Amino acid sequence: MSDQKLITVVDYGMGNLRSVAKAAEQVAPTNTRILISQKSEDIEDADAVIFPGQGAAKACMQALQTSGIDHAVVKAASEKPFLGICMGLQVLMTDSSENQGVDCLNLFEGHVKAFDLHDYPELKIPHMGWNQIHQTQAHPLWHQIPQDSRFYFVHSYFIEPEDTSIISGTTTHGTTFTSVVAHNHLFAIQAHPEKSAQVGLQLFKNFLNWNPQ
Amino acid sequence: MSLAKRIIPCLDVDNGRVVKGVQFVDIRDAGDPVEVAKRYDQQGADEITFLDITATAHERDTIVHVVEEVANQVFIPLTVGGGIRSLDDVRKMLNAGADKVAINSAAIFNPGFVKEACDTFGSQCIVIAIDAKQVETLGEVPRWEIFTHGGRKPTGIDAIEWAQKMQALGAGELLVTSMDKDGTKSGFDLALTRTIADSVSIPVIASGGVGTLEDLCDGITEGHAEAVLAASIFHFGEHTVGEAKRVMQQQNIEVRL
Repeated sequence: MSDQKLITVVDYGMGNLRSVAKAAEQVAPTNTRILISQKSEDIEDADAVIFPGQGAAKACMQALQTSGIDHAVVKAASEKPFLGICMGLQVLMTDSSENQGVDCLNLFEGHVKAFDLHDYPELKIPHMGWNQIHQTQAHPLWHQIPQDSRFYFVHSYFIEPEDTSIISGTTTHGTTFTSVVAHNHLFAIQAHPEKSAQVGLQLFKNFLNWNPQ
Repeated sequence: MSLAKRIIPCLDVDNGRVVKGVQFVDIRDAGDPVEVAKRYDQQGADEITFLDITATAHERDTIVHVVEEVANQVFIPLTVGGGIRSLDDVRKMLNAGADKVAINSAAIFNPGFVKEACDTFGSQCIVIAIDAKQVETLGEVPRWEIFTHGGRKPTGIDAIEWAQKMQALGAGELLVTSMDKDGTKSGFDLALTRTIADSVSIPVIASGGVGTLEDLCDGITEGHAEAVLAASIFHFGEHTVGEAKRVMQQQNIEVRL
């Protein structure tokens, strides 16, 4: 049992965790246990953490705070391999302009703002569908994922990190925005790898085989 | 570099089986929704929509198991429509692995349900299905009305106003089906699709009437749809999703290949 790797998928009642867990299971190395959990101790005990999220920023932050796992999430994000997905990327920032303004976890300085497509009347919001991620930095999680691969997105807000050195991928929907950040053990993506067919599964595979440092 | 237009095969499911005679040459059990969904995934479908047409309430749970099974093996977005009437119905489908639900008549009987569902689960997972028929009399500007019960019952609701109202209530996407064109294989109602697409800021999926791959292209270029939904041209093995994408690409439509 001791060499079994525990991957905790953080459950705070926001979003389709089952799909995330299933996609990870599909490509997990042997001796890997994927656990969906809402307990701080399962986040603390995990070898790696997947932090998904869907829905509104305010509801996500409230759910994190009321469940009391926000501290464990912040700690895990700076200590062990950590994969943020969709809202699991946005809530890492300082604050979001969604729901008249919401304070977020402030792991990274910067805001989350709404798409303004005044100059692009033909573009639709939510940004929904398959769009390209331009890899702006080499990273182990991009292993065997071709440059400019298409991932599945669905969101109306995007992040603007102050520290541009953490930007690892960008996507264009009218405006070009940061779709991926990477910093030490943390990798967070605006798209949904669990719904992005082969490239998404490859990203999970890379994450589960990732041994930073 | 931009967002790709989507192709969405649609499967009608009756009591856990795909109906409308799906015929793939090399699939043993053509009626198994899991097999069919896997095949579409392999062909490059961008999403898959299941329309549950199960008549009896006590058999409705079969679609939940279908969604679970498909979601275990197919890693692209899944939408489920048909009989979604309560927050509990939505929750059940999302928990089973659906990414979106399509709400149709329940929105008409109780528009407040749309807002509740969007507030609870997020706009990204609420698709409003709009079944519309052209109703203007001779000499009038084109007008479309919402119909229920498979196009049999008029509601008196103007389709364009309805689309805007659904967006205001929080809907994330609209699935617009022309009841005049559905099943005719003569192409989408492009005027309907375009009029709705141009009057809302959320994505519109064109549906009803696809007979050729050209029709799919027209839905995007002339109908201004973000995505096109089709059933029979893919079911009967006439065309694959891959072929459809290549034709779209030749017309300079951005697709995921």
